[in-house]
This record gives sequence, structure tokens and C-alpha cells, in this order.
Amino acid sequence: MMGRTRAALAVAALPLLWLIVFFAIPFAVVLKISFAEAIVGQPPYTPLVQIAADGWHWLASLANYLLLTDDPLYISAYLNSLLVAGISTVICLLIGYPMAYAIARAPEAWRNPLLMLVILPFWTSFLIRVYAWIGILSTNGLLNHALLALGVIDEPLALMNTNFAIYLGIVYSYLPFMVLPLYATLSRMDLTLLEAAADLGCTPWAAFWRVTVPLSWPGIAAGSLLVFIPATGEFVIPDLLGGPDALMIGKVLWTEFFSNRDWPTASALATVLLVLLVGPMVILQALERRGGKA
Amino acid sequence: MKRRSPAVFMALAFGYAFLYTPIVLLVIYSFNSSRLVTVWAGFSPRWYGELMHNTQILDAAWLSVRIAAATATLATILGTLAALALARSTRFPGRATLVALLAAPLVMPEVILGLALLLLFVALETTLGWPSRGAGTIVIAHVTFSIAFVAVVVRAKLADMDRSLEEAAADLGATPMTVFWRITAPLIAPALAAGWLLSFTLSLDDLVIASFVSGPGASTLPMVVYSSVRLGVSPQINALATLMVVAVACTVGGAGWLLGRRGRNAAR
Repeated sequence: MMGRTRAALAVAALPLLWLIVFFAIPFAVVLKISFAEAIVGQPPYTPLVQIAADGWHWLASLANYLLLTDDPLYISAYLNSLLVAGISTVICLLIGYPMAYAIARAPEAWRNPLLMLVILPFWTSFLIRVYAWIGILSTNGLLNHALLALGVIDEPLALMNTNFAIYLGIVYSYLPFMVLPLYATLSRMDLTLLEAAADLGCTPWAAFWRVTVPLSWPGIAAGSLLVFIPATGEFVIPDLLGGPDALMIGKVLWTEFFSNRDWPTASALATVLLVLLVGPMVILQALERRGGKA
Repeated sequence: MKRRSPAVFMALAFGYAFLYTPIVLLVIYSFNSSRLVTVWAGFSPRWYGELMHNTQILDAAWLSVRIAAATATLATILGTLAALALARSTRFPGRATLVALLAAPLVMPEVILGLALLLLFVALETTLGWPSRGAGTIVIAHVTFSIAFVAVVVRAKLADMDRSLEEAAADLGATPMTVFWRITAPLIAPALAAGWLLSFTLSLDDLVIASFVSGPGASTLPMVVYSSVRLGVSPQINALATLMVVAVACTVGGAGWLLGRRGRNAAR
């Protein structure tokens, strides 16, 4: 058994080392630089400790974090990102659940091709799928042309550079991430439970709510996390579809970094975002573990 | 069950229409002869011709393909090692750390990972003089998030696998290395291929992380597409998109056909 453990560690060593160096340590660096001050230079931030003739000077400060709470722009960017990601997740669930359900209950031979059709768009470029919506939504775009031709509207609608466009882009891009985990739980479900419910006088609708939905809870949770977390930090969709005024934290961070070259503020933004996203997950897992023991 | 069929069918039809309409429109308008992407002016393949002479896009595409191939190969090796360790041993020092480090990249927002890796590279560069930013740092960054995806795919396959074959080989005196190359690797080959393709696609597709960690002179295809798209819709991008959709459809269709044939042969 001892040899087995050592063998497993030997096999795991390389990926473990890689992930520690290139995934865990970078976050420590982000945390460190979030306490520094932006300067013009290379690298564009101050060291945390300065060694001068008269000894060590502690230069670390919380200034960047105070700035985040001071400026209403940052707070509203955080809140708006969480709101947009939350609403998008719910819409993904409303569209994705019926799809996953239909695929899981389709004839056996159809399931894999149907599932493949959900995954296929995910394999084509994400950037190009977002780009496709620009041609559809712009003032001179395909949707406005179609609606004008049909006489539904008299003037082109302003669809681009709106929150609506951001929701559409996020739901469109992340829908496969919702459908796949839902399908995984729904297809594993024991259908005799539904028969039992029916035999006991439950209507199909009531059985769906009282048997199917509770049993698919792990899929709902996994799918929601896979949509919500990346969507909160999304940059491409608000940038291309939301226009210059789109207030989302991924875009604010990008601007701080690339346009303002303020690396310490960008680091503080990233640290707070990470805490906002990881905090609830850690609490949720702790609760689950306690629930599991009880 | 039968009564709900129409509603369920409608849900599927709506879902697929939503997923595919934008892509179909993109393909149709790549053959539009007008520069205005959204006004149909007649069929023409001219944008494909112009795309073939756009050296900026072609160079970027070639760079992206090389980065993606290097990423996929490295990530498949590292991800498979991680999956093997996790699937074959329930306790070894560092297991919990490895599990956490494999779960986090799956959901980490790209801006955070991109920023974190860039800051690491800059810190390393100023203290050790290595690595200079460019294609190499993009590969390192892409491998970092791809390992997790490979590990998920390979671990699922290893869990399904019949362990008795490995045990039989070991009982007959095969060394662990021989067992892996002669028994395990052939059996999990479809998962290795899937993991490689997945990493290749993820790398080819990434804009945000590459933008952070790239250096001067290393512009990947998404970076060039992004700067072009920011200036407005362009028919050449439509043509490029169509070529990518066709390539993906051929790859996925081909892989599905191969797997289907394997499955039928195995069933026989």
C-alpha cells in the first residue's frame, strides 16, 4: 500500500507542480500587488518593502481597496455584474432545463446526436458566436431589417449596446454549459419513481415538480455555477455587445489594466471579485458537508 | 408521457433554433457580394479570396494553430497524469490540493486568470530574466486551464474502465509502465483524443488570457479578429467564421463516425 501511495504521488507530481506554480502562486502575486502603488516604470508598481540606508520601509497599503469602496463606479460594476450573471443564469436554466429534459427522454438512438448538436456550437469560436449577434442586433442589422419588412416596427430598434444584448450574448454563449450537467442528472434518473408516483395518484405535472426537479438538483447547481461564475467576470460579451457604457467588472478590470496601466487597482479588483465568487462556494460546500453528515 | 410530447418538442426546436440561427446567418452572409454585411446584394465568394490574401489573419491563424497544438499535447500529458493518480489512488499526499487545483480553472473568470498569470510572468522576468512574453507564455497559460478539462474527460473514462485487465497484466508480470502503454493507454485512447481536441479548441478560442500574457509581436487569431470586430462587422470575418464552422463540423462529424464504427465493431 505504501508503494502504491508513493507511485500515485510520483504520477501526480508533475501536474501538481505545474498547477501550484502557474495557478496557485499567481494568485499570491495578485494579492501582493493589490497592496502596492501604481507608478510609471517597469514593472509599473511599487515594491511592498523598500530597503533604504536607514532600514526597511513598509510600503504596503490598503489604498486600492479603499478606492474600490470610495468610488461608486466600482461598487455598481460589481453589483451589476452579479445581477446580469444571476438573471442570465436563470434564463439559461429556463431554456436549458426543457431542452435537457427533452433530450434525456428522447428515444435512446436520438440522444447522442441531439446532445452533439448542443455541444457543436461550443466547439466553434466563442468570439465569432458573439460577433454573429452584432450583425443581427445592430441598428442596420438583420433583425431590424426583418421587423421593418414585416411591418412590426416603423423605426429600427436600438438593440445593440444595451443590457438586453448582454443578456442575449451570455445566455447564447453559456447555454451548453447549463444543458450538459442537467442532461447528465436527468438521464441517470430512475424512471420507475415516476411510475410509482403515478400509481399513487400523482398527476404527471405534480410528479415532475415533486420527483424530477428535486432529483435533478445536483445538475441545476452544477449548471448554474458553470454559467454564473464565468459570466460574472465576462469581458468579451459586454465589450462587444454592451457598448462603451456597459458596466461590468470584467470590463472595468480590463480597462484599468490595459488603458490606465494601473496594475495594483486591477489586482485589487480581481482579489475582491475572487472573494465574492469563491466565498459563497466555500460556505455552500461547508453546509453541504454538514448536511451530508447529519 | 405521450401528452407532453408537443411541448417538449417545441422546447427542443426553440433551443436549437436559438443556438443555430446566428451561425447559419453568419455563413449565408459570408457569400454576400456587398461590403455591408447585413444587406444582401447577391452571391459572391470574393471575401474568401480577400481572406486568402490577408497575411495578418493568415499569420495569426498559423501562430494560433501552433500554440494550440503545443498546448493540447502538454495539457493531455499533464491532465492524464493527474487523472491516473486520482482514479487509481484514493489517498496520497497532495490529493486534496490537486482536486482543488483541477476544479478551480473550470470556473475561474478569464480576466482573473489572465491578470494573475501576467503578474507572475512579469515578476519572474524581473527576478530571473525568464520567461520573455510571447507565444511561450501563451502556451503556459493555456496549458494551465486546459489540464483541468483533460483530467475531467480522462478520469471519467478511467472510472468506466474494466480494472481487471490491468490487474491481470500486472499478475502476469508486466511492469506498471508496460501495463499503462499496453493496456490502459489503448483503452482510454478515445478520451485522450477528446481531451487533446478539447484543449486544442480552448486554446484556439481564447482571447482574454492570451491578450494579458502575450508580448509584442505575438498576435493570435482571436486577438486579430477582436481588433477587427471592434471596428465593426467585416465580411472577411464572416468568411473566416464559415471556414472554422466547416472545420469543426468535419472534425466532430468524423470523430463521431469513427467512434460509432468502433462501438459497432466492439458490439459485434
